[in-house]
Amino acid sequence: MKKNVISLSLPFLAPTLFALAWAFLSQRIANQVILPGMDQVAGLLVHPTHDLISMGSLIDNVLVSLTRVLIGYSAAALIAVPLGIVMGYYALAFRFFNGFLNLFRPIPPLAWVPLVMAWFGVSSLATLTGVETGQLFVTLNNITFAMLFIIAIGAFFPILTSTIHGVRHVNPTLIDSARVLGASEAQVFTRVLLPAAMPSIITGMRIGLGIAWMCLVSAEMLPGSLSGIGYMITHAFTLAATDIVIAGMVSIGVVGALMDRLFHRIETQKFSWQRQSNP
Amino acid sequence: MTHLPQNIVTIENLSKTFTTRRGETVTAVTDINLAMEEHSFTCIVGPSGCGKSTFLRIASGLEKATEGTVHYRGAPVIKPCEHIGLVFQEYSLFPWLTARDNVASGLRFAGADKETRHGRAMEFLDMVGMTPFAGAYPHELSGGMKQRVAIARALATNPDLLFMDEPFGALDAHTRILLQQELLNVWEMTRKTIVLVTHSVDEAVFLADRIVIMTGSPGRIRNTLDVDLERPRRRSMPRFGELTDHILKELEPER
Repeated sequence: MKKNVISLSLPFLAPTLFALAWAFLSQRIANQVILPGMDQVAGLLVHPTHDLISMGSLIDNVLVSLTRVLIGYSAAALIAVPLGIVMGYYALAFRFFNGFLNLFRPIPPLAWVPLVMAWFGVSSLATLTGVETGQLFVTLNNITFAMLFIIAIGAFFPILTSTIHGVRHVNPTLIDSARVLGASEAQVFTRVLLPAAMPSIITGMRIGLGIAWMCLVSAEMLPGSLSGIGYMITHAFTLAATDIVIAGMVSIGVVGALMDRLFHRIETQKFSWQRQSNP
Repeated sequence: MTHLPQNIVTIENLSKTFTTRRGETVTAVTDINLAMEEHSFTCIVGPSGCGKSTFLRIASGLEKATEGTVHYRGAPVIKPCEHIGLVFQEYSLFPWLTARDNVASGLRFAGADKETRHGRAMEFLDMVGMTPFAGAYPHELSGGMKQRVAIARALATNPDLLFMDEPFGALDAHTRILLQQELLNVWEMTRKTIVLVTHSVDEAVFLADRIVIMTGSPGRIRNTLDVDLERPRRRSMPRFGELTDHILKELEPER
């Protein structure tokens, strides 16, 4: 019984100590710019719909960021998964692409910023769709190609790598079985390689989403950005509103953790077959 | 005119050589000449590495022969076709599909509609006694159950010729004997032509009309032998033991 209490309370111990240290330090420092009080930050977080320093509310900015990430990330997944399947299955395709792609892999997404700005400037989905007025314009104009590119680059490589890995480790007997049962080459891809590699692909997509979310702040520091959680943080910093900076960081952490949980659930629920089925 | 049984498949002068990574040439099988009569049950026995599996892969169209030909009812076999089925030793079921959907997968590849697929899948699951497990996933099934499903899956597309590559090789002795009997029942019901590769002489004598004895390496046919045992066979039959002994002697390496 006693052991149980200790074991149950263990995960809360570190956060509690952290909160105490924060409370103590913010008291001692007594400087809001360096370390605002916990109550201040909590106050911002429990009222996520309040407008902050005329940049929109916390929720608004999180939603804008989420939209950007999901679009950039989806674009990355739509390219990386089919490419990864082809590279994983055809040795020639792997030889053709791999060396080339490996040149780009080590480049941090942030290092792409100047080039991407030169290419895309402030053009956005609004430019693409030709919408020039109204609320729709504001929304679309928030989603610039430069940002999407940075986010997509971040997510691309983990998804590609794990897709290739997944396809390479597909048990060859499954492919042979499908062929003997009359599967065409296309059916081998869609009905065997894709589902068989899916657990690995999902793991890559989970990692990719985490990285995409991390690339967000750098993407939102790009010119033309007037919203988003990353923009909010950097802008709040210039106004010395450290409480907003911290509230923004907490939001990023919470949203990131939630997305990760979601993927984790998919992994464990949808892919229970993977546990003990293959050699 | 007499009514001679037709040869459903003819293999002539078949050889397969591989080139290893180090550039050495390895001959897996050589000089295989074989024909199977319609509705017959042939077992191929031989030691590990005698190229039995390679032979089946070529005969079912999964691999190309280096030399020689395989003909199914007079047409050359160069890729898998709907008339020829193949059952593997293990890990061949799609782990993300239920038993029913596994059995239906061949029909799905062929573009059959859902109702047809499910109907036929259930029919063949019933034939191998797996109806209660239609909704189970492979990882929830025992080794013997998985092989039952694999056999049902191979039959569901209605091939005339069924190759089996050590289908019971990964099973425990008891399950193995059980499935051998069930396979004979299925064979008598469906009248398929079956070619089963095994390294168990006992299994071959129990199942086959004719036994092809292979030796390695390179794999070649040492001898073929008609099994003059009535069915149903029992392992306690004196002739069963004689045949087993005889084949085991043939399998001993030449000195």
